[in-house]
Amino acid sequence: MIAIFSGADIAGLLRDCGITHVVTVPDSTLGQWEPDIEAIGIRLVRVCREGEAWAIAAGLYLGGALPLVMMQCTGLFESGDSLRNVLHDWQLPIPSIIGYRSFLNQETLPGDTCLTFTEPILRAWKIDYRLVTEPSHFDVMADHLRTSLANGTAGAVLVAEGKA
Amino acid sequence: MSDPTAMTSLDALRLLHAVRRDHDVVISAMGAARDWMALGTHPRDWVFVPSSMGQATSLGLGLALARPDLRIIVLGGDGGLIMNLGSLITITGQAPANLFILIFDNGVYEVTGAQPTPAAPAGRPDAPPVDLAALARASGFETVFRFGTLDEWQRNIEEVLASRGPVFAVLSTSSLRGAPGPRSPGPAPERARRFMAELLGRKGTEPAS
Repeated sequence: MIAIFSGADIAGLLRDCGITHVVTVPDSTLGQWEPDIEAIGIRLVRVCREGEAWAIAAGLYLGGALPLVMMQCTGLFESGDSLRNVLHDWQLPIPSIIGYRSFLNQETLPGDTCLTFTEPILRAWKIDYRLVTEPSHFDVMADHLRTSLANGTAGAVLVAEGKA
Repeated sequence: MSDPTAMTSLDALRLLHAVRRDHDVVISAMGAARDWMALGTHPRDWVFVPSSMGQATSLGLGLALARPDLRIIVLGGDGGLIMNLGSLITITGQAPANLFILIFDNGVYEVTGAQPTPAAPAGRPDAPPVDLAALARASGFETVFRFGTLDEWQRNIEEVLASRGPVFAVLSTSSLRGAPGPRSPGPAPERARRFMAELLGRKGTEPAS
């Protein structure tokens, strides 16, 4: 597994941003962050399939919490109608972290079509995202999340991952 | 074929409307939203139109977690439920004591012309029927109700709403062939802002659930 950020880095950033809940389906990179996120006092809401995540986050936000959705790009593909409804119909500014499968290497999935579709899909859904591909990009991620939260927009960070 | 003697969702909702507390949040989707809106409006109604079909249970979970001081009542149909069955497991995993899921089971996708769902007997003629209440139990709901008549619902509605959540209740209702889908009661973003203001404006003044 290649991980460009540690769980402690991510948990600290989310805490500093005021995130109260992380609604998530793990992958081999994002899942490693779960213990640190929970340890820092942010509630994890583990969902069965990614479409649930946007709707749960919407309910949390409507109730006064500050949720973040965290899933792999494959889950982004699966959850399109739900995010369309939450982010565009209702215009709820739910931030997200999306794992970009196979960006750093394709050892286990040569020719992974996630590389073909992930960014076009994000653009199609009109999600304002930043791609971060190395540890030095941490500030890019932090700035984008903070700015999105301050502006009330649904910013996403696309985090490069290694094998599936 | 629907049973003409079965309760209608409108009649069932009329009973709920009579016992709904002022601070309760009611989330309604699809045909249940149409019928709930027909009974009036309330600032704590979240009419989930437009929606992503099946996500009302999930939105209800989020609200229940954010506002454990409030009773969150979700009104949905069997078609929506089977689009998001995993949400039952997610809900019980979070164990919200204030979440009440009421499913109006008419066996069809009513707003698209009453085609049978794959869970309904008419949609699976060569297979055994699907038991939504049993699915809920197997997903971890400890408090599950099933009502087949309006009288049963009327006699038990207070018990349902007084139970510790998460609660799952399935009500067998008749289908209305040709019934229209729910119409959005106004611009969604504006309704979201009003709803949030209502919930946040009265926060801290709620009676204990």
